[in-house]
Amino acid sequence: MVIYLKNIFNDAGDITLFAARFFKEVLRPPFEIKEFIRQCYTIGYKSLPLVGITGFIMGMVLTLQSRPTLAEFGAESWLPGMVALSLIREIAPVITALICAGKISSGIGAELGSMKVTEQIDAMEVSAINPYKYLVVTRILATTLMVPLLVVFADAVGIYGGYIGINIHADVNLFRYFSQVLASLEFLDIIPATIKTFFFGFFIGMIGCYKGFTAANGTESVGKAANSAVVAASLTIFIIDMLAVQITDLFF
Amino acid sequence: MIPQETNIRKQETVGEENIDGTIISINGLFKSFGKNNDILKGVDLTVKKGENLVVLGKSGSGKSILIKCLVGLVPADEGEIKVFGTDISPLNNRQLNEIRVRIGFLFQNSALYDSMTVRQNLEFPLKRHSKKLSPSQVDEAVTNALESVGLAEAIDKMPSELSGGMRKRIGLARTLILKPEIILYDEPTTGLDTITSREISELILAIQKKDKTTSIIITHDMACAKLTGDRLVILKDGVIDAEGTYNELEKSDDEWIRSFFN
Repeated sequence: MVIYLKNIFNDAGDITLFAARFFKEVLRPPFEIKEFIRQCYTIGYKSLPLVGITGFIMGMVLTLQSRPTLAEFGAESWLPGMVALSLIREIAPVITALICAGKISSGIGAELGSMKVTEQIDAMEVSAINPYKYLVVTRILATTLMVPLLVVFADAVGIYGGYIGINIHADVNLFRYFSQVLASLEFLDIIPATIKTFFFGFFIGMIGCYKGFTAANGTESVGKAANSAVVAASLTIFIIDMLAVQITDLFF
Repeated sequence: MIPQETNIRKQETVGEENIDGTIISINGLFKSFGKNNDILKGVDLTVKKGENLVVLGKSGSGKSILIKCLVGLVPADEGEIKVFGTDISPLNNRQLNEIRVRIGFLFQNSALYDSMTVRQNLEFPLKRHSKKLSPSQVDEAVTNALESVGLAEAIDKMPSELSGGMRKRIGLARTLILKPEIILYDEPTTGLDTITSREISELILAIQKKDKTTSIIITHDMACAKLTGDRLVILKDGVIDAEGTYNELEKSDDEWIRSFFN
């Protein structure tokens, strides 16, 4: 138990130093713009289909599951507003972040882990190229920027999924549906939910990079890096979400 | 080759070799990994400019650690490592990088960047250290480096499409593109067939003759050691146990040393 706790604190200390190095390196030239754009493409654009399909299903299923209960109270007209609020405030950010933890964090962990094992990171270092700046800073920046955009995309597709869900049992006009959605939303619903997605993105990238960059030698450690990146990133998302909800409650 | 005005050797702001021609000198190098795991226990070694030094030793004797200490990949616990006359231990990253661009390192598994083509693998270090090069000059440097290892046709291939021998050659081309003065080879012929091993050994020798480089070659391949080595040292129990030419060590009175040659 003592060793287990010691390892947790050691890990926490190492990951804090790793994150601190990010803030030091991110402001120093040279800036790896091309690699950053390439990572945005890989992390953002290539995740669109998965996030889109999941968002659509989330919106539709939420509508179909909530409809009978609201119908009992004669409150079916609240359905568009309820679906939009649930998606934007909680469901889309958390589910999208969890999907990104599974797809992106594990991918980064495995990629950097295999680069470490095959000495590609050492090769960069002996060529006088800063591997932290090229590999880590670009990936963390890309996830921090792309995860919020993916969440906005999931919000939009999810709300459209809600429209399809409503129209399975009723006949609602698209314009009227979106009018009700927009009428039920305030900026205070959107802003805190969007801010927390930047933290989700930062930690998804940071944990993936940390696990990959610190992988031990040997091919087994590549799998371990990918696996532990998903577990740690998913857990971190729930912790950040809990803190974000508390802070939002406190101030808004 | 790279046009003269962009040659990174012009960045020299740190030392040079000693008057007696020593380009690398190691004194009392200690390195351990945890308690009771001492790898290097006081290595003393000098390498002259233009020399090909072969380091022999059993697996796990610390040969690779020794050359990784030379480029600061593994920090030494104790001792002095002078490269180009500069002690590298107290250097910061920027100063260390000035030394590193003058040293080439061929890794055991070539360490080619998997996500890049052969061309991008070669361009990657070149573009970062020679920013004033025009695209045509970069192309020329890449083509010349590939031609020097006999693999110009592999320019647009991915590393996964290459054989072991080709990967070694491309790794060597990537090392050569920065025109290093010292090249460190970590088991350059390991895992290759006899013919390809000989080709790589001949390439090492040709590079030394053509570019007047200084090399440290870690190997278990005695044919490679015989062909490429001006001088051989044997690492045993964390120290240099024997030193001499191939012929001298082959006829050593020590049975353990002779066992390398049998």
